[in-house]
Amino acid sequence: MAIKVLKPGLATTVQDLGRPGYYHIGIPLSGGMDRHALVAANLLVGNEEGAAVLEAVFMGPELEFTEDATVAITGAQLPPKLDGEPRETWTSFRVKRGQILSFDFLKQGARGYIAVSGGIDVPIVLGSRSTYALGALGGFKGRKLEAGDEVPVGKAAAAAKDGRAVATDLRGQPAGMPAELRAMPGLYWHRITEAAGNGFFSDTWKVAPEADRIGYRFKGGKPLEFVPREPPFGAGSDPSNITDACYPYGSIQVPGGTEPIVLHRDAVSGGGYFMVGTVIAADMDLIGQLQPNTPVKFVKVDMNQALAARKNRAELLGKLRTALA
Amino acid sequence: MQTRFSFGGDEHIFAEVGEAMSLEAFFKSLFVTNAVRDARIKGVTEICPANASYQIKFDPDQIKPDDLLAELKRLDAGSEKSEPVIKTRIIEIPVLYNDPWTHETLMRFRERHQDPNGTDLEYAARINGLDSVDAFIKAHSSAPWFVSMVGFVAGLPFLYQMVERKRQLQAPKYLRPRTDTPKLTVGHGGCFSCIYSVRGAGGYQMFGITPMPIYDPNQKISYLRDFMCLFRPGDIVKWKPIDRPAYDAAVADVDAGRFAPVIRDVSFSLTEFNRDIDAYNRKLDGVLHGH
Repeated sequence: MAIKVLKPGLATTVQDLGRPGYYHIGIPLSGGMDRHALVAANLLVGNEEGAAVLEAVFMGPELEFTEDATVAITGAQLPPKLDGEPRETWTSFRVKRGQILSFDFLKQGARGYIAVSGGIDVPIVLGSRSTYALGALGGFKGRKLEAGDEVPVGKAAAAAKDGRAVATDLRGQPAGMPAELRAMPGLYWHRITEAAGNGFFSDTWKVAPEADRIGYRFKGGKPLEFVPREPPFGAGSDPSNITDACYPYGSIQVPGGTEPIVLHRDAVSGGGYFMVGTVIAADMDLIGQLQPNTPVKFVKVDMNQALAARKNRAELLGKLRTALA
Repeated sequence: MQTRFSFGGDEHIFAEVGEAMSLEAFFKSLFVTNAVRDARIKGVTEICPANASYQIKFDPDQIKPDDLLAELKRLDAGSEKSEPVIKTRIIEIPVLYNDPWTHETLMRFRERHQDPNGTDLEYAARINGLDSVDAFIKAHSSAPWFVSMVGFVAGLPFLYQMVERKRQLQAPKYLRPRTDTPKLTVGHGGCFSCIYSVRGAGGYQMFGITPMPIYDPNQKISYLRDFMCLFRPGDIVKWKPIDRPAYDAAVADVDAGRFAPVIRDVSFSLTEFNRDIDAYNRKLDGVLHGH
């Protein structure tokens, strides 16, 4: 069984839960940017949680099915249509051989997850089917989908049910405006003045157009003021430079002190810009659903609050599993 | 050398061995990360050595962040006692300096450069006080370099030259990063050289290009069949300047599957190196060329 790509959408890639273990040589985790939505999509169609799905950003693809299948779309409000007829998001539905799945304009969020019973069956590379486009690795030929591709689908394990749905409170999507991203100050926090540190957390930022799987850039806050120093050997002369080091996932680097960039699943693993802190793991899924121009506040938290948020997110996933068991 | 630790969110510990780059800081990072790997600490998911720092990724559901931090501090302190000797490899990388492809690219991005009227090599030669491009190429290729970090993108090595500080080549990055860099460009930013493993964005000065692939996600290239990335931190690199016919021949050899890189096992002692750098580098050259 396969899916024929009639139109690829803006940037549709194969993703699963990612490829840990190779960050030390510059190969990032990859995987769905909104992992909760990815898991939900899989559970809706009777797949294993970490089966490979399609991640579509801002604009959905147009796909033709060569066999009957069960499908679910989660994540962003990217309204699916089957042969032109509207279908619900967060709800499984049957697709007959020869039918065409397309999408209406994006209503909310940024990334939709398209799970197909059986899962996307591209080869496993270094333990994962995720696409790492920068390294031309994994996924469908190491790249985003193009018109004419035939994407293989695995054999569905069990008869997937039609019409299963995820309740709104189990979807884990961003709520409220401005969006809040909790972050722990640290890393090179000491390099900026106290006033700049306070300003970073009190300013309202906006998601910039440069926001992708590698990182999300933010604009609109005050430039950061640095504590004066003699540049150490190897760091470079700009106050925002450091001796090239590793970048944590979620770390907030601020080149030139002006526009913060939060690194995401396809992060570059290191480089020479200082970082003010790190967005906590519990809020990483939310970043992937932020559209350009969305107002955002960074909320200062400590380790205990980060771990509590982590626990809440795990409990939400637990409830989702129970609901779809 | 006192390491500074900081949590990177709830899943990372970042350790800055030194603010400035030095071989001592690099070796400490390499030793501690090896010790962390050997200790097989439950919950540790990624161990990333870097130039003068390192980073550990962990699962806080399996190990308490403070417990891991205490364990890292213990291993970090223990590294002070270890002898800075490593068993590693020395790899010869052919380079066509001043090649037509990086030249085309640097001309395309000239308005982002410190010196729009020259080339990257001319600029680098001048700011390093060398009187010609040839003198710069000689300085770049006559002494070996350490792979002091692998990363940014898949398999990209950061390289730190094995000479005393006053002879180290330095160059700023482009004023604004390029959106394009030819694959296998030899670049330089700050005190680090690199080889771009894939085509893409970049900010380092561009000096030349190697015909020798260093990353192959399809693992078709003979010496990348075991693993898709060539480099590991601690590898030693020696550049070999080549001309255009030699470059073309090497590319043809790579395509035909008969390119055999020069790679030798070698042991390196930082203490002995520091005693007489030039003599030690001559010895390394002997290992590479079998004399």
